[in-house]
Amino acid sequence: MTEFHQRALDKGQAPAFYLTEEHHPEGSTMLGFWLYLMSDCLIFAVLFATHAVLGRNYAAGPSPADLFDLPLVAVNTSMLLFSSITYGFAMLAMERYEKKATLAWMAVTALFGIAFVGLELYEFAHLLHEGAGPQRSAFLSSFFTLVGTHGLHVTAGIVWMFVLMAQVAKRGLIPENKRRLMCLSMFWHFLDVVWIGVFSFVYLMGVLG
Amino acid sequence: MSTHAPSHEDAFEAHHGHSHGHDAGHGTLKSYATGFVLSVILTAIPFWLVMADVLDSAVLTAAIIMALGAVQIVVHMIFFLHMNTRSEGGWTMMALIFTILLVAIALSGSLWVMHHLNTNMMPMSPEMMKNMP
Repeated sequence: MTEFHQRALDKGQAPAFYLTEEHHPEGSTMLGFWLYLMSDCLIFAVLFATHAVLGRNYAAGPSPADLFDLPLVAVNTSMLLFSSITYGFAMLAMERYEKKATLAWMAVTALFGIAFVGLELYEFAHLLHEGAGPQRSAFLSSFFTLVGTHGLHVTAGIVWMFVLMAQVAKRGLIPENKRRLMCLSMFWHFLDVVWIGVFSFVYLMGVLG
Repeated sequence: MSTHAPSHEDAFEAHHGHSHGHDAGHGTLKSYATGFVLSVILTAIPFWLVMADVLDSAVLTAAIIMALGAVQIVVHMIFFLHMNTRSEGGWTMMALIFTILLVAIALSGSLWVMHHLNTNMMPMSPEMMKNMP
């Protein structure tokens, strides 16, 4: 024990081993996760750049106006938008420490996510059936890479959602689970932000020609 | 821009005893609802413009689509991701600005370079393209 601490003990004070400043263990996690999202953003940025360069190279094959079914894309977009607000409700329930409501809203969010991925897979299957697979033209290669990468992210988010639902069901809304739920919240809303770019730039601008 | 209703933030502070500098991830029903309504409007307009073929000018339609997309991204950042200049002592905002800069360089640089390459290429007809190896 140092002289300083001995003196503190003599005065009847607790020795100061720790910073008295308030400490947030989850603070650094949030910043770290945000940095991960930013690096993920760069992945999508280069895929968008690739599609911007190659998106008009049809190799005498089908163009977006021939292929894309905009009502289906609109339904798909609404699925992701609904899942964003329901995950928001899950976060609000979490802050009120309502475990059942949190789990229920997470389940609804996961269902919307599954509907989104399901519709996307249906669209992909339809394109492949028409012979418009990724090997058909540079446009379709970059389209499948960009939209497929986003779909993979959403799939990973759904898996994460079910893992967290099991964690919350087993251990409740402990600080660790709250931190995990907040990370997934950022991930899920980030994917919705990327989808704004996809439906605006790939689908709508593509059909516009 | 503060999206927290005071009563909610007070309740949160009373429950935890600390909420300073820790705004990321906390919204209110009002902020989520506002974000959702704005997103629905900002999504519906571009889809309507393209599907109903409202405007004669494709260039104008494209400009509106991209502008509304950019606005919607900002809406999501504020109301769903709860971005502000204070969270994590401003470091999330710094990381975001740096990322936007990199994205702008990657996108504009790729388009610029590849456009020049395309314009300097030998002209090619669709028939020649079809018979390419």
